Amino acid sequence: MKARTTAGGRVDRSKKVRFTFDGRAYEGLAGDTLASALLANGVHLTGRSFKYHRPRGIVGSGSEEPNALITVIRDEARKTPNLRATQIEIYDGLIAESQNRWPSLEFDLGAINSLFSPMLPAGFYNKTFMWPRSWWYKVYEPNIRAAAGLGKAPSLPDPDRYAQQFAHCEVLVVGAGPAGLAAALSAANSGARVVLCDEQAEMGGSLLSERNANIDGLSAADWVARTLETLRANPRVRLLARTTAFGYFPHNNIGLVERITDHLESLPAHAPRERLWQVRATEVVLATGGIERPLIFPGNDRPGVLLASAARTYANRYGVRVGERVAVLAGCDAAFEAAVDLSAAGSTIAIIADARPVGSVDGPGFAAAKSAGLRILPSATALAVSGKLRVTGVQLGIVGQDGKVVVGETIACDTIVTSGGFTPSVHLHSQSRGKLAYDDQLGAFVPAATAERTRSAGFSRGVSGLTAALNDGATAGADAAVASGHACTALQFSAQALDVGLAGSPGALPQLAGPIPPAKAFVDFQNDVTTRDLALAQREGFQSIEHIKRYTTTGMATDQGKTSGLNALGIVADASNRRLADVGLTTYRMPYTPVTFGVFAGPARGDQFDPVRRTPSHDWAVARGGVFEDVGNWKRTRYFPVGNEDMHAAVDRECLGVRNSVGMFDASTLGKIEVVGKDAAEFLNRFYVNNWSNLGVNRSRYGILCRDDGFVYDDGVIVRLAEDRFHVTTTTGGAARVFNMMEDYIQTEWRDLSVWITSTSEQWSVVAVQGPKARDVLAKLVTDIDLSAAALPHMGVARGHIAGIPTILMRVSFTGELGFEVNVPAEYGADLWEAIYAAGQEFNITPYGTEAMHVLRAEKGYIIVGQDTDGTLTPDDAGVAWAIGKTKHDFVGKRGMDRAALKAAGRKQLVGLLTEDPKVVLEEGAQVVLAPNQSIPFEMVGHVTSSYYSANLGRSIAMAVVAGGRSKMDQTIYVAMPGGDIPVKVVSTVFYDPQGARLNV
Amino acid sequence: MLVIHCPYCGPRPEPEFAHGGQAHIARPHDPANTTDEELLQFLYLRENPRGLFRERWRHARGCGRFFNAIRDTNTDFFVTTYKVGERPALPGGAQ
Repeated sequence: MKARTTAGGRVDRSKKVRFTFDGRAYEGLAGDTLASALLANGVHLTGRSFKYHRPRGIVGSGSEEPNALITVIRDEARKTPNLRATQIEIYDGLIAESQNRWPSLEFDLGAINSLFSPMLPAGFYNKTFMWPRSWWYKVYEPNIRAAAGLGKAPSLPDPDRYAQQFAHCEVLVVGAGPAGLAAALSAANSGARVVLCDEQAEMGGSLLSERNANIDGLSAADWVARTLETLRANPRVRLLARTTAFGYFPHNNIGLVERITDHLESLPAHAPRERLWQVRATEVVLATGGIERPLIFPGNDRPGVLLASAARTYANRYGVRVGERVAVLAGCDAAFEAAVDLSAAGSTIAIIADARPVGSVDGPGFAAAKSAGLRILPSATALAVSGKLRVTGVQLGIVGQDGKVVVGETIACDTIVTSGGFTPSVHLHSQSRGKLAYDDQLGAFVPAATAERTRSAGFSRGVSGLTAALNDGATAGADAAVASGHACTALQFSAQALDVGLAGSPGALPQLAGPIPPAKAFVDFQNDVTTRDLALAQREGFQSIEHIKRYTTTGMATDQGKTSGLNALGIVADASNRRLADVGLTTYRMPYTPVTFGVFAGPARGDQFDPVRRTPSHDWAVARGGVFEDVGNWKRTRYFPVGNEDMHAAVDRECLGVRNSVGMFDASTLGKIEVVGKDAAEFLNRFYVNNWSNLGVNRSRYGILCRDDGFVYDDGVIVRLAEDRFHVTTTTGGAARVFNMMEDYIQTEWRDLSVWITSTSEQWSVVAVQGPKARDVLAKLVTDIDLSAAALPHMGVARGHIAGIPTILMRVSFTGELGFEVNVPAEYGADLWEAIYAAGQEFNITPYGTEAMHVLRAEKGYIIVGQDTDGTLTPDDAGVAWAIGKTKHDFVGKRGMDRAALKAAGRKQLVGLLTEDPKVVLEEGAQVVLAPNQSIPFEMVGHVTSSYYSANLGRSIAMAVVAGGRSKMDQTIYVAMPGGDIPVKVVSTVFYDPQGARLNV
Repeated sequence: MLVIHCPYCGPRPEPEFAHGGQAHIARPHDPANTTDEELLQFLYLRENPRGLFRERWRHARGCGRFFNAIRDTNTDFFVTTYKVGERPALPGGAQ
């Protein structure tokens, strides 16, 4: 640790921490970030740039870092790419690797891109790789992506756990620097619930980098410690360190991500890696401080060129000298303070080259530098930087009064620190749709009108000077507490600090003005955007900053232009002779810094991604090798294979078993709604197309539901349990939407009706027993129900007990056979299934799945809403107009289906299709045409909706919607397939037992 | 995530609610005697204003009730919410 100072800083000099970077072992101290520990070892080179693969070093000291993107590796599944070295806390055994280089950081073959840089200007993708078109996806894009890039995502599933938590508070303070701490202290005094969050491991913000500042008689460090102690002792205050406020969502809903284990040497067994906080705050204080801008000059991206404030932080907070011989380039007074502190840490300050004109600079920083005996050169600029993997010197120039630059002296140095002024961090204010105003004096945008109950404090709104920032924070905290309903007066603070000015002039250094700026003066380090790229974009006609941003990609990297955004605006303003304020801003979007996918997913992954609904027969089916399909969230048994049967064989056997003897089917997934009230029948009259007034108690009827536009929406059997009580069944997938539609009409259209609805889908289990022997099976199980045809005819309903379980026994059939649907309370569903299966043994009962159910219903032409209809079929189109109550004056959809277009000739109608070759099974969805071998585009007149092989009929069957279909009976039409058009005969949709003789027995 | 004031339950987070389209589109009292033009209006034609908009919401994962709201589509924020059958004036007095 050759660059470590002998004393001072907030690192623990007694605790050594060993880590590796690119396979080499290093030593740091507890409290170091990876960046400070590498710098302490003299390592600046930490990455290669995105496009040109230029060697890059650490630039900043916090979340603004654009260059030092690192992959941290714990194990094969825990490889986190694109972390900023400046935010990675080191622990014993940390494995860190650089990115975007091959074979090594020092020797990177990709750097050959730099030689071709004249060919890789802004928009080069769009210009170069235009032809041939088909090469883009196969050749150009994959290669560009491989060469230009960031770290690699791990290939294994994320083994970590992520927590999510909601929180409410009266005052949320974002940022625990001087303004944020003062705001939290003031607000907490009022008794308000306060949450204070900060992205760093330690709270204190800029105070942690102070050397000589005092607050109320305490050193900055002691004041921070005392303040945190006070806040921690207050049970109404929650302190969240390592917590980034990444997004400002409507109504003061702030997204925070708390990093819980990334800094730990060994992972605790029960802690989540990160926690997503969704804070709902009555009032918000944004005390997010600011970010220093680099100066822009040729070679400003070389390793060893840092931000002045970062160099000062490394010296004062981490006890690390960023270099032994430092050239300081000043575009802002803060550079003087950094020079003084770096000098105090033992670095030699080779020169302070001030970009501002002679005589324009005065103030505490200037005075401090002078009295420290540092050499200050005014009206200076940097023309070139020497050194490749590390700075070795800087060529200065002098700007004359005429604006011309003459070559000045060459300064030998191993480090250059620059300050172009500070940009208030207005990201969250802007995300909340607050307005911004340009502050000419500061040279940056500051918050103006707010859109939420929020306020900015301290430097995030341009207030500088330690006393001013503290008191501004205190006022904001008190203001927020008062606005949330608490009596509160702002605390008062008094501080002594150097209080240098933080203003600057965004843009490039003077010699870079003009139509063709010198090469390699970088604006956006992370996306390799230079002043030339910005100039080129404007020469090519891009005026809007939003267009320039997208064309050059400036500000579009993972750092979202934290250090580059305002400089880019300044350059564009200069080049187009506009005021910076008139160039406008691009939109700030969340997240402030990258957030893991894991924390958004939280527990919603794997089995917990989506709920699974299981039927009462589920375990029974699993035990017998049933094959399942997903129907919505339901797991339904598709078929029950016996022995080595494939699906085809199993379905054939199941279909034959039902028609030849008896089968059983789990129909519990049907939607069920109980409709109750003195107007229940009237409600159903208005809602369904059918007439319900004349339905007797303990009778059922097949109902069709349309929307008001006249198209079929759902169907199902409805039972009248009592004068004022109906049991409505819906399709499996339609239960929720039918329920919602009922609520809508009851609550908003027919408020005169006395009717209530309750979802009972989960309350009833249903076993369908179907086939000529169905009555015989049930007869063994019921004692108090007369199953005879006279007592329980088709569509009749009986109530009593089955296998000792209370039941609503409905005689209904979705197979065309004698059939019953046995409803029992859901908790008895599995027992009922077992009882019926046992009772059915002597009749060789066949459990069947959804596939056989589909075939059996299709043999009878029973439709499935959503398969045979698609939201554009009227009841007449679907062949179920017989269900419509003819005498009703109104029902939902009656007027809609009365429109001329819905009654016109030539509408698509549901018909049956029989292939000439009985073995050919049509493809569902296939297009129907009237004549074969038409040239493309041929005229399509419909499509196949259902198609199966019917074992009972010994041939294939299909249903289709065909324009004017019912007028084409017995005609031959065609189904267009890639292998040739298939001739089919138009027939009735009822393929089996058209007289219904099997039903009424 | 907005906070929406259910007129029956009070402020609740947005995920509890379902949007229900433009408000005050009444089903005709006697649909059989509506013209095709009136039916077209009822079934299909909806406003999409920039600014204040009366719309339906339902506290679907709460009390289940439908209610109406005035929302500013510029800001996404609600001006007020009200029960079915009511119709408060827009800010500025317009109905």
